[in-house]
Amino acid sequence: MSVPRYWRNMPKRERLETQKCEKCGHVDFPPRGRCLKCGSESFVPYTLPDRGKLMSFTIVRSAPKGFEKMTPYVLGIVELSDGTTITVQITDVDPSEVTIGMPLEAVFRKICEDGDSGIIEYAIKFRPAL
Amino acid sequence: MRKVAILSYGMTKVDKHWRKSLRELYGAAAKKAMSSVSIPNIDALIVGNMCASDLSDQNNIGSLLADYLGITPSTAYRIEAACGSGGAAILGAYTAVASGMYDYVLTGGVEKLTDGVGGNTTYSLGKASDAEYELFYGSSFVSINALIMNRYMHMYKTSRETFADFAVLMHKNATKNPYAQLPFEISRETVLNSDMISDPISLYDCAPVGDGAAALIMCPLDVAKTITDSYVEVVGIAGATDTINISSRSDLLTLNSTVAAAKKAYAMANVSATDIDVAEIHDTFTITAALSVEDLGFCEKGRFGKMLSSGGLEAGGKVVINPSGGLKARGHPVGTTGAYQVAEIAMQLAGKADKMQVKNAEVGLAQNIGGSGSSTYVTILRRP
Repeated sequence: MSVPRYWRNMPKRERLETQKCEKCGHVDFPPRGRCLKCGSESFVPYTLPDRGKLMSFTIVRSAPKGFEKMTPYVLGIVELSDGTTITVQITDVDPSEVTIGMPLEAVFRKICEDGDSGIIEYAIKFRPAL
Repeated sequence: MRKVAILSYGMTKVDKHWRKSLRELYGAAAKKAMSSVSIPNIDALIVGNMCASDLSDQNNIGSLLADYLGITPSTAYRIEAACGSGGAAILGAYTAVASGMYDYVLTGGVEKLTDGVGGNTTYSLGKASDAEYELFYGSSFVSINALIMNRYMHMYKTSRETFADFAVLMHKNATKNPYAQLPFEISRETVLNSDMISDPISLYDCAPVGDGAAALIMCPLDVAKTITDSYVEVVGIAGATDTINISSRSDLLTLNSTVAAAKKAYAMANVSATDIDVAEIHDTFTITAALSVEDLGFCEKGRFGKMLSSGGLEAGGKVVINPSGGLKARGHPVGTTGAYQVAEIAMQLAGKADKMQVKNAEVGLAQNIGGSGSSTYVTILRRP
């Protein structure tokens, strides 16, 4: 992955910074050109909450390129406390103990190494709430 | 707008065609379609393909195929909509003929997944999802669908057995399809005991990786009538989209793009779900079959298992689903799957499906999905 491509997404993937519709209050993640709900183009900056619960999950056993060494790992859709839903990895937990509905909190983690000479990628993952 | 017909079609068996290249595969299918009718020329080639850039290091396949087929200088280009590329190409061909721009359009698709080495094929297929906000986190095409399946099982209290039974039915259907990649029967246990890929999706919940090509020639309905008796009319066709990122959807368990495309196509064809005699639906995974059957309107939400176990999806039931064996067993050469589906429905309605033939089929539907429901193409055909 090119450095600028990684770098420009840091506010969103590392700090959960996104936007809220000024008209209807809908929160989009990732941010879009027009509000998904009402079509408005007026947004205000917004940071997603760092807590939520697990809406669905899967235990990845056959991984895509770059993630082979991490199997089995858990991928989930988290419903945050403001109702926004995001796709992230679930970490710091035995995959067999993950359940739909479990409370979670955000944590900063390494995602992947881009080959031997590429950059190390970081982002927010979620872990069982302490 | 002119009325449009499918004049002819040709396909290769879906398989691991180690000895055949992209151009040879499409060439074989296209030559079958071209040689079965007598037409003055091909005005345009609109071909569906997803992975040639990644796996065969080949862009510009419109020119590649026009060159191979000897139809230069006719215009030729590729349409890419992930696994929906075939359906998208057919929509493109339809609009080109309906508008009056071209008379004879060669369309369909080709996919050469076995040109990928190592994890490249899995990675290339994963690019159907949101690269920056799904793929980045280590998701694959399978795991994205596994998130949907786990939620479905949780919400509707559905067991893996229900999904396994759909795979069993698809394999049974495929034994009658000479073009199928996996024409053998399996048992429920085969599915349940197969390797877990991304829980709860196991190997036999998935469509296989394979190569294939399907080609169709589309032309104005009035012209088709003068050329052959075995043409089929395209009475409804539509494409629709949804968010590319599944977590942004209002309902994880509804394929909004399928609902929207089906609604438009049904209205255009002046039919409803109950009028469909035979359908080829997009069962990339067994969960995708469940959502598709529900969202096309064949049963209510959450009732897929009931409909399946009561025989509603086979001959004698409400609608015959995937007599070809579907993606599960006919195979899923991604960017051309939608073309196979439309060709198979045309074959059914022309009464030329041999052992696969659904009796008295008059109206048929093909539903082709791109990504995990981020786009859908629905095509409805009618026997003349």
